Order: sequence, then C-alpha cells, then structure tokens
Amino acid sequence: MEIKQIKVTVNGEPRIIEVEPRLLCVHMIREVLGMTGTHLGCDTTSCGACTVLLDGVPVKSCTLFGIQTDGHEITTVEGLGRPSELHPVQEGFKEEHGLQCGFCTPGMMLTAAALLEDNPDPSDDDIRWAISGNLCRCTGYQNIINSVKWAARKMAAQRTAVSA
Amino acid sequence: MAVDELSVGGLGARVKRVEDDRLIRGKGNFTDDFKLPGMLHMEILRSPHAHARIVSVDTTKAWAIPGVHLVLTGELMAQRNLAWMPTLSYDTQAVMAMDKVRFQGQEVAAVVADDPYIAKDACEAIEVVYESLPAIVNPMQAKAPDAPLIRDDKDGQADNVCYTWEVGDKSMTDRVFERAENVVKLDCYYPRSHPSPIECCGCIADFNPATAKLTIYMTTQAPHIIRTAVALVAELPEHMIRIIAPDIGGGFGNKVPVYPGYVIATLASILVGRPVKWIEDKTGNLISTGFARDMYFHGELAIDRRGKIEGLRIHVDTDNGAFFSDAQPTKFKVGLMHSAFACYDIPYGHLTSQGHYTNKAPGGVAYRCSFRVTEAMFFQERLIAAAASDLGIDPAEFRRVNFVREFPWRTTYGMLLDSGDYDKCLTLALEKLGYEELRKEQAAARKEGRYIGIGISTMTEPLGAGNSREFDIIGIKMFDSAELRIHPSGKAVLKIGSKTQGQGHETTFAQIVAHELGIPSTDILVQHGDTDNTPFGMGTYASRSTPTAGAATSMASRKVRAKARKLAAHLLEVSEDDLEWELGRFYVRDAPQRGVTIQDCALAAYTNMPDGLEPGLENNAYYDPPNMTWPFAAYLAAVEIDPETGVWEVLRFVAVDDCGVRINPMIVEGQIMGGLAEAFAMSNMQFITFDSSGNCIGANYMDYLIPTAWETPKWELHEVVTPCPHHPIGAKGVGECATVGGPAAFVNAVMDAVSHLGVRNIDMPVFSGRVWEAITQQHDVSGFPPLAGH
Repeated sequence: MEIKQIKVTVNGEPRIIEVEPRLLCVHMIREVLGMTGTHLGCDTTSCGACTVLLDGVPVKSCTLFGIQTDGHEITTVEGLGRPSELHPVQEGFKEEHGLQCGFCTPGMMLTAAALLEDNPDPSDDDIRWAISGNLCRCTGYQNIINSVKWAARKMAAQRTAVSA
Repeated sequence: MAVDELSVGGLGARVKRVEDDRLIRGKGNFTDDFKLPGMLHMEILRSPHAHARIVSVDTTKAWAIPGVHLVLTGELMAQRNLAWMPTLSYDTQAVMAMDKVRFQGQEVAAVVADDPYIAKDACEAIEVVYESLPAIVNPMQAKAPDAPLIRDDKDGQADNVCYTWEVGDKSMTDRVFERAENVVKLDCYYPRSHPSPIECCGCIADFNPATAKLTIYMTTQAPHIIRTAVALVAELPEHMIRIIAPDIGGGFGNKVPVYPGYVIATLASILVGRPVKWIEDKTGNLISTGFARDMYFHGELAIDRRGKIEGLRIHVDTDNGAFFSDAQPTKFKVGLMHSAFACYDIPYGHLTSQGHYTNKAPGGVAYRCSFRVTEAMFFQERLIAAAASDLGIDPAEFRRVNFVREFPWRTTYGMLLDSGDYDKCLTLALEKLGYEELRKEQAAARKEGRYIGIGISTMTEPLGAGNSREFDIIGIKMFDSAELRIHPSGKAVLKIGSKTQGQGHETTFAQIVAHELGIPSTDILVQHGDTDNTPFGMGTYASRSTPTAGAATSMASRKVRAKARKLAAHLLEVSEDDLEWELGRFYVRDAPQRGVTIQDCALAAYTNMPDGLEPGLENNAYYDPPNMTWPFAAYLAAVEIDPETGVWEVLRFVAVDDCGVRINPMIVEGQIMGGLAEAFAMSNMQFITFDSSGNCIGANYMDYLIPTAWETPKWELHEVVTPCPHHPIGAKGVGECATVGGPAAFVNAVMDAVSHLGVRNIDMPVFSGRVWEAITQQHDVSGFPPLAGH
C-alpha cells in the first residue's frame, strides 16, 4: 500500500514520519512513534483510552487516521509533564488515588488537563461532564473528580506564586 | 524505640501507590506494549452465526496475500490435538470450530501476518460456508422436548443439560413449608453481563526453537494456573513454560479463563518459530470471552407471624453458553450460590440448580465476585425486600429480626460464618441516610405524585478461597504464597503468587511486611505475575488476595522475624528468651535501651552470623486459610423516579462496609467505590442480550453501555471494623463487596418507589422504559432473552 510522508509535532518535537494512509492515529503513535502510553480500548470512539490532544483539543486517536495529523500538533501522556516535573493533573491522580489499573488514566488525564486550560476552577459537574467521554471501570469516578480538583488547586497556587 | 506503624507505612496508613509512578507517566507495561524482535501479529476469524454446521473453509485467498505467514483452521489445530481443550469445569471447549459453530463469535480460523492490518485483510479473504441451525438463547428453549442438541460432539449427551446440583435438607424444608404461616415467592432473572475491562484480552506467545522455552506475555489474573493448564493442554514440560502477566488493564474475572486465542497464538508461535502477538478487539472480547450472571431464579421463604424466616427454597436455572467453562471450584457447580442468605438465621433450606447449554458465548466467570456470589446476594436481597413488602414489615426491621447474631455460625446451606456485627452496620447506614426522615419525605412525596424509593441491601459473602479441603480448581488446591528476602542493607523483595490488575498489590503487600517487621513499606519491592520469578499461587480474583497471599506475606514475615531474633541475640550477646520485639526492633527485656533494629539483624545475616546459623535472611510461606473471610456490607440507595418517563435518579447512596482490619484505607475505599459503580452499571444500563437468532446485542461500547462520570452517582462511605478471627492481621476480602451487594440496593429502591402500584419485580437493567411500562401498565417487567420483537 502507498506510503505517505507527514510532518507532525509530537510533544513539542517536530517529526517527519511515513505512514500507510489507513493507519489509525493510535497505531501511528504506538507503533511508528513508539510511545505506548496511549492505549487502545474499544475501537469505536466510546471509551477514551486512546485520547490525545490534537492542537490542544482532546480527540480519540482510534477514530482518526495518522495522515490527518499532518501539519498538526499532538500531545500524548508522555508529553504531559516532564520526567523531573509532573503535570499537576498527574500529581493529583496519585495524591487522590484517581487510578487503579491505570489503563484509562493517560486519556483521562489529557482530557482533564484540557479542561483545566479552559476552566481553571471547575465544579464537580463541570468535571463529570468534561470526562464523560472517558470510561473508567475501576474507580467509580469519585476519586478522579477529586484528582482533577487537586490539580486545579495546585495550578491556582502556581499562578498566584507567579503573579506574586 | 519502636518505629511508628503509620510512619513506616504499616496497617492503616494511607500510603500513596507505588504503581502510580509508572502509570501516570504512560510508562506502564501492558501486554500490547511489548514489541519483541521478529514478532508477527494474529487475528481471529469469528463465526457470524450462533448455531451452524460448517460445510467448508477455504483459505486459498488468505494465503495469497503478501505478508501472511500462516492461516490456521480447526483441521490444522486437530492435527496437533488442539482443536478442543478442557475447561475449568471439566467440560471441553472448541479451540477452533470444525464440525459446527455453537455461538456467535466462536473462533473459526486465524491468520498470522506481518502486521494486524494484513492479518485482518486475510481473515476477510477466508471463505466459510455455513449451514444455519436453529439457535437456543435461554434455558426454557434448551429444555424444550424438540430442542436441537447443541453438544452433539459429546458421547452420551442426549439433552442440553450441563450439570445439576443441590444442597440443603429437602425433607425438613418441605415440612417447614407445609406448616408455614406465610409463604412469599419471587421469580427474577439476573441478566447476562460482561465484566468488560477497558483493556481487552491478548497475549504474545514466544516459542524459542533453540531452547524450546515458551514464554507467554498474557493478560491473565492467574499466571501460575495458566502455566499448569498450558503444560497439560499443549503437552509441554512445565519448567519450559514461563507466563508473564505484566500490567493488566482491569480484569474483574474476565481474565481468569484460558481462551482459545491464547492456545492458537501459542501453536502459531511454535509453528512459525517467531513471537506471535494476538490482541483482541472490543467486539471479540464482548462476544466471545467470559460473561457472567445469566441466571433464572425462583425462591420461596416460609415466614412466621413475627416475621421470622423458618425455611428457604431456591431453584436456579443457569445459562452456561455453548461450553461449560465456568471458572469455579470443582465441588461447586454453581459457584458459591449456597452462600445465599448466609447473614440470616434460617433453620432449614434447600437449593437446587441446573445448568443449560445454549448458543451463547461460554464463560460463567465470577464478574467481580467470589464465584457467583453476586447472583446469590442479589436474589437474596430481592426476595428479602419482596417478603418485607408483601408482609407489610419495614424492610430494615425485617432484616434485624432475621440477622445472625452469634459467631461462629453454620449457615442454612452449611457454610461457616466467622465474625460480624450486622446490626451495627445496618444501624449506622440507616442513621447516615436519615432513614426515618426519608420515609416521611417519601410518604409526603407520594401524595404529590412523586415516586421516591429507598432500597436496602445487607449481605455477608465468603471471600478468600480456599480452604484446601473444599476448594480446588482443576485439582489444584486453593492456597496462596509469598517469598520474602531481606537484603544486607535492610531493603527487601517480596514475591507473591497473586497478581494485581489495579488492586494495588505492590503497595498493600509491602504494608503487610512493614506491619510485621517495621521495615518501611517504601523499602520493599513487591514482585508478582511472572511464573519464573514468583512462588506458585492461584492468582487474584474472588477477593482472595489479602485473605490468602496477604496472610502468606504475614507468615513469611514472621518466619523471617524468628530468624532475625537469633541474629539479634547474637548481636546483643543474650539468650533469645531474653529478647522482646517491638515494631522494627528487638531489645533486652531488662534493659530496653539495649536493642538492635531489624536492619541491624539483616546486615548481620550476611556479615556477622553466629556459628551454626546459615547465612541469609529470607523465607517463604504457603498459606492454606482455615476458612473464608466474611465481610459484611449494608448499602442504602435513595432514588426518585420521574413518573412521566420512568427515568430514575439516585438521590443518595450510603455504604457501610465491614471488611475487618483495613491495611490501606485509601485503597479499600477505592475498591468499594469502583465496585459500587459496577453495581450501578448492572442495575441501570449495562446490557448484553440476544435476539432469537442468537445475535449478540451489546457487542460494542455503543450498545453495551458503561456508565460515565456523568451518570455515576456520588458515594458516601462509612466503616465498621470486626477483625477476622482467623486471618493473621484480621483482614477480610473487600474488592468485590460493593459489586455483590450493590445491585439489589438500586433495584430495591426502584421497587420501593413503585410498590404501591402492585409492581413486585422489574428485571435488570432497570431501564427507564421498563420502569415506565411497570408504572403505566401496573405489572412486572421481565428481561430475559430473546428480546421482544426479535
């Protein structure tokens, strides 16, 4: 099958890669780019385990072809924090026991991070609505809500520290 | 000075999880994340029919596709004596169909190719000719005199019955019913459900032709059992088989059985001499792997004028699918169904059960429960609620009148309860909900045409199989194990026979060692899931890890402490008898300031041991529990139904759990909340059923609805602690209590809201449409397949 070359920025790094046109974005990320933090759950855009940010917006990478990301920017869980410094959402998930098996967690955290960019002080219902495209079988969601609120508080404190 | 229990992360410490550090960075190692050199990919072709004779399978076009290395059919499997395999319930299951297909989604062929896309293309190029047969989708059809015989492969099988089982005292129970003042009856259906972890099943089979060693990376909750099963099925030497269960994306019972895909991938790797990866897609997982429930209940209670239950009768018809492959202990053909009504003092009872082959996926796994206990407790609490309602007794009071109050206690069906304080749990739950006030509010609301309901569910369940006297799986006794090794610097490695799928073993089990030895939990690495590197254990399911492997961890730690005592005596130049232990330290009884730490002893074990004492500081334990542990739970749901639409909303949910001593309360609460979400799922929306042709409805996440954060209620958790008298640290199982006890609380709440309309039962899922039908037609609503209109 014909191979296409695309340019895509992945976690801030510009990449030129070759993909089959039918290759799903999730497989491009996992197999071509070799980053396995993005998981494949349901194949039908329902579970959100494959969620990544495309130009900052959460998308389900199982229902997107790799070539559709040509010229765009992808953020995966590997780009959410830095090895030495976690993103507040990552810290929040650990602090508030927001994960158990951890399979949905990368997608869940990316959706939460995007929410906090738009809405730095979300209510419980704001969070529940925002993550309603990401399924979790382990936690019963309550600790995920608490994790996102933990991150919101931390980010607010960071902003206060910067402005002071 | 002793070290502080909480500051070393011992019992009761809310230690943050070790597992999280890799998982929040996307650095987990799930089966699909492994990429081995030369690895090929396998896809399975599944049957579109529920019941059909296979006329021919033509693989010519598939072989012709570039990149295809192998096309496997039943015929090829049969040449290796692998077309059939034994099940965990002493039946046989087709690995790949040859004569006919017996359920939709059954494995018919497989392709191994350079990548999964090519393998999928090739599957579509395989031409199979089927001759359709009538499909059976429920036990009533299976029992009909003219029913087609599903298992015509089995010698001597003349009908569709796969087992019959009974327990209890029939004659005494009959006598109690003959003279009963009140008899209350209920029929209901616990619908088929699927555990559906977000990660599907899969494996990488890696047979090395040079060494003849077979390594399988596998999504399994029970790696050691799998190793033995592979040795038996594939006739390979067990020491040359290594099962690695890496991070698992949820199990819930779905990842206990041996599935055909594992066997096919293994044979494929042996045939091509390269690693073969097989990762199921969601539809494959939902339509072919271990389902749960699918039981038809009839129950009767004999009750005296004071509300005291005197007798109990239950009959269960189970739909086991095309092969009897339930993952359950040998002696018990319907799991631990006989734990039903354990928390109630009932003098006489009789339980009968019959299993039926149908043209549906096999499995019968314990979906987040201890071998069918979820079904038992659901029916128990539905029948209790119906009885209280029929007799006009307050449902909380009715339970109180019948609770077991003395321990140990032999139950109606012969199980032995170890401990509990049921009244205390229920009373706390009622207080927290504000039960009396809510009853008044309910009465006032009803006058305004608003339907509020309160549902109660109370239950104790047996968790932590075995003991080995009663419990085995394929003959292997149900114990579990731990090996503890203390390094010279006082850091430690603990290896256990169970296997986490999110329960947090790497954190909790280190805390048990911290409690026993005073070594900080952060100094202990917990290893599990690799059969070459851990002691034999039965794995993690049925809430058994803390009761069994947790107990083994305590016992191994105590053996290590006994040796450390000898080293301490040597270091302090006193007799062992003159030493006292406090957490983390031995000291001289008469001079408490003279002491050595456990870390001092560890160093001495390698650098300064007394004459005659063998070096090193390590030990192991295989723990055979004397009994199951019996946690108790009281769950209360308050709901309001919109009479115009039948939509019900959860107003409050109060959970009181008594799971004995809590090792890590944060993790315990996480388990309970997760379990409650699955209970809500089953009662409200999770729906997998079949039409009259045996087509699976609910074969993907657009049809099989998993609750999101938006629908899922908020949980209010409370606790009571009654330590388990026979567990080394007083802990009981807990991982599944909420899934087991939860569904009845929701359903009872909805029934309570509509009972004044004469409605006694709506089968799960209690869809708004079913509630609306019950309200408008004022009748019960049944939910068993085939779906109406299909």
